[in-house]
Amino acid sequence: MNKIKLLTNGLIKENPVLVLVLGTCPALAVTTSVFNALGMGLATTFVLLMSNMLISMLKNVIPDKVRIPSFILVIATFVSIVDLVIQGFIPALSASLGIFIPLIVVNCIVLGRAEAFASKNSVFDSILDGIGMGIGFTFAISIIAFFRELLGSGAIFSHKIIPFDGILVFVLAPGAFIVYGFTIAAVKWLQKS
Amino acid sequence: MEYILMIIGAILVNNIILAQFLGICPFLGVSNKISTAVGMGAAVVFVMTLATLATSIVNTYILMPFNLLFLQTIAFILVIASLVQMVEIILKKISPPLYQALGIFLPLITTNCAVLGVAILVTQKFSTNIFDSVIYAISVAIGFTLAITIFAGLREQMDLVNIPKGMKGVPIALITAGILALAFMGFAGLV
Amino acid sequence: MGKKESSLLQLILSLTIITCIAAIALSIVYLITKEPIENSQQKKKNDAIAQVLPDFKGETKEQKILIEGDKDSVAVYVAYQDNILYGAAVETYTDLAFSGRFSIMVGFDNEGNIIETQVLQANETPGLGDKIDKEKDDFPNQFIGKNPTQLAVKLKKDGGEIDAITAATISSHAFCDAVQRASNAFLIIKQNQDE
Repeated sequence: MNKIKLLTNGLIKENPVLVLVLGTCPALAVTTSVFNALGMGLATTFVLLMSNMLISMLKNVIPDKVRIPSFILVIATFVSIVDLVIQGFIPALSASLGIFIPLIVVNCIVLGRAEAFASKNSVFDSILDGIGMGIGFTFAISIIAFFRELLGSGAIFSHKIIPFDGILVFVLAPGAFIVYGFTIAAVKWLQKS
Repeated sequence: MEYILMIIGAILVNNIILAQFLGICPFLGVSNKISTAVGMGAAVVFVMTLATLATSIVNTYILMPFNLLFLQTIAFILVIASLVQMVEIILKKISPPLYQALGIFLPLITTNCAVLGVAILVTQKFSTNIFDSVIYAISVAIGFTLAITIFAGLREQMDLVNIPKGMKGVPIALITAGILALAFMGFAGLV
Repeated sequence: MGKKESSLLQLILSLTIITCIAAIALSIVYLITKEPIENSQQKKKNDAIAQVLPDFKGETKEQKILIEGDKDSVAVYVAYQDNILYGAAVETYTDLAFSGRFSIMVGFDNEGNIIETQVLQANETPGLGDKIDKEKDDFPNQFIGKNPTQLAVKLKKDGGEIDAITAATISSHAFCDAVQRASNAFLIIKQNQDE
């Protein structure tokens, strides 16, 4: 099995947000600015990587019947760790992501990869898959955030680059749905051509 | 009066899907038909109410007194996951018709972030007031049902319409959701 | 996959072990991060106090005030200069906000005039309700110099003199509520002082 393929799989061909349409809640909620999206993406990548690794290590120890609760426990532990670390060391990020950090637990991508990939594959492959999916997720939500911040406030990373006030609706809830929709359409179009 | 405002606010103004972005997965996933959307909505009302009741009790009588708030996420997800399992088993035994109607949606609800989201939100919003928390959870769940049902209705119509090829499926659904969210913003003046 | 059927004991055992390990790991991380979290919260508070009482140098004394009919108490950081009341920074909150509770710090001089306000924690809608932050909009500057202990701060539509933020009346109303709560708490401190 080609190892590089494992890594790039999540990036483009099976991008969790843009192709599989998983993890949609954070993709809409935290994409008001690129800074938030990157922070969320990295936090999720860490959780994905660690839970994929641990679950593939434990896959022969955990009885089949209690598989899902055990996965949820492992994931919840890593999410809480990330939550505490962000609160302690990056308070600004914790203030702007708020409730969406604990909600990584129920991000379908994490549990989905644990069940579909990590519980069946070797530790090394699972790590690669976790990194690939995590980067794919980060990449996708950063793109959505890029367009929302640019159109909504004329800025990137809070630096004004277009001298206009922005079209407010793109920062608000409706804009999130619309930008997300157009991004998926664009990806579909790119894949075809 | 305060409660009426809170209920209207949670259903229309601060709609959980269209304004707070929680529970988007089922919103997109099971909204192809009105009948399934209503079923999902009913299951969410049922589970969210019970789950919020259980998690507020855990929060007020276990986590807060022992200063264990850092275990909140893990405790809540465990409570919700076991609650969903329990509901499934009990329903199967005592009310097979209800199980037939709601059964297939129940496993999906564990990973519905709206349930965990509301459980965490109410601890921030109402602290230890369990009664208020449950009332709020019910209103939020009704808002969820309302949004998903309207959306399913729109999507049923959309199947019959000629849409540009690239926009078919998820993209047009998301854009429709955006316009729906825009319409719901009009309710902001209500409260 | 030909996994063996596990006994109930095995199921319980494996779940218990995982839970225990999870709890231990979390406790360790909690202990490590406890101090930085407290420090960063303390620092945020101190910064906010310094911002709303810009000319005051020195230590403030913390006092908790519970106003009748309120759910939670507010923290008042009373500032004394040469044993005379200089003013106070009040950490106040409101439950009337658009999305959850928000908390702000309000600075008062010794007469109860507002010196400055600072948002501590808020989840208001970006682009609308988040204009309660003075870095984003002029809205909070309307409060500077007002004395809510004598004349309640209210929006124009409620008969007051504050212009609401366009399309964010709820947040504006909530902000007035928070400021008024702060002022009421300050008044209690001041009255205790005078006795």
